[in-house]
Amino acid sequence: MKTCLVVDDSKVIRKVARHILETLDFNVSEAADGSEALDQCSRAMPDVVLLDWNMPVMSGMEFLCALRTVEGGSKPKVVFCTTENGRGHIQAAIEAGADEYVMKPFDRETLHSKLQIVGCA
Amino acid sequence: MIHSQPAASATRILAGLLEARTGQQIAPSRYWRIQTALAPILKTQGIPDLDALVAVLSDPENEKLLQESLDAMLNNESFFFRDTAMFAGLRAEAFPVLRERRAQRKALRVWCAGSSTGQEAYSVAMLFDSERDKWLDWKIEIVGTDISPSVIARAKTGRYSQFEIQRGLSVDFMLRYFAQVGEDWVVDPRLQAMVHFQEDNLLKPRADLGQFDIILCRNVLMYFAPETRHIAYSKLERSLANDGMLMLGAAETVMGHTDLFSATREMRGLYCKAVAGRTGQSIIPPPLL
Ligand SMILES: C[S@@+](CC[C@H](N)C(=O)[O-])C[C@H]1O[C@@H](n2cnc3c(N)ncnc32)[C@H](O)[C@@H]1O
Ligand SMILES: [Mg+2]
Repeated sequence: MKTCLVVDDSKVIRKVARHILETLDFNVSEAADGSEALDQCSRAMPDVVLLDWNMPVMSGMEFLCALRTVEGGSKPKVVFCTTENGRGHIQAAIEAGADEYVMKPFDRETLHSKLQIVGCA
Repeated sequence: MIHSQPAASATRILAGLLEARTGQQIAPSRYWRIQTALAPILKTQGIPDLDALVAVLSDPENEKLLQESLDAMLNNESFFFRDTAMFAGLRAEAFPVLRERRAQRKALRVWCAGSSTGQEAYSVAMLFDSERDKWLDWKIEIVGTDISPSVIARAKTGRYSQFEIQRGLSVDFMLRYFAQVGEDWVVDPRLQAMVHFQEDNLLKPRADLGQFDIILCRNVLMYFAPETRHIAYSKLERSLANDGMLMLGAAETVMGHTDLFSATREMRGLYCKAVAGRTGQSIIPPPLL
């Protein structure tokens, strides 16, 4: 079973994402901001990280940059999942090492296809 | 207050009209969709319910409204690279074979039959464009057809909402092939130049579309009754070059539906014209002895 870490400061979004991911056969864990997520990754790297952009304490971009420098941190596929939908944001995320990008709102079909694209579903 | 059941006989009549014109069947368990699909038309026309709509539509003067109603009842769901693995297979298995077969002519024609809002046809265009170096100075022509005028009009614009653009499309291809215009994403003119769309009913003798090397007819025939499906398959067969290929949807098969096509060995969901008595054909012809 693949593991997915859902990083989002919204409890509702985490719940929705968890629900979809579980129907796609993922083992899901959650974090409410980037630093919590880094902590979890340092214990065990997930296969995929579903990552919000705007979060208190540590943003999605800060998390991504930090993740890609730690040992084993190049392994997880990172899928941004955010309301930021401008071309500039998307390009910046990809340049920072994100593998895919989902703009909220999204549905199961969209998430599923993005996870397939990164080779995790 | 007594309300008649949401027009049980009206829904049956409308479903019957849809099938007669398009071949699409709606199972009685899904008749509720008819009410949902037609609600906007009832509203704009100021028609109280489906019974009244059926009465209005029975007047031949209202042919245009009938067409709009049937159009609204069609299932137009589509997304980019639907069933990713099949598109990967098309590129890996079918393209190289056709590239060899058409090496002299350097021209390929692809038909997306039942192309809905265009995602499928543009996906094929992206497949070709993403390996452009292999297709330099080839003429690649992709024709999308659909019975529904409204989806054809939308397909031609090549404009997709944020929600539509990310269904099936990788962020890489989205950035490469689409420009952001407001909240929407518009396809690159280079792809648009490869693709064209026109109305066509699979049950009518074909408009003059010519012969194709690849036909995609995906998630269209699955709702046809056996007799109408047969009509559609013969049209596809006549439009396909003898050494061409047909790709159906991931959940579809020709088995038990037509003997005009048979499965290929290379790829599930890819078919070629049947040769009497042969099954499990290879898209690569046997070597000459
Ligand atoms: C569910 S969509 C599939 C779109 C696309 N091929 C895909 O797989 O994503 C089916 C399409 O077939 C079209 N269609 C239904 N009956 C048809 C007919 N008799 N002739 C041509 N198109 C038809 C519908 O209008 C609709 O756009
Ligand atoms: Mg947030």
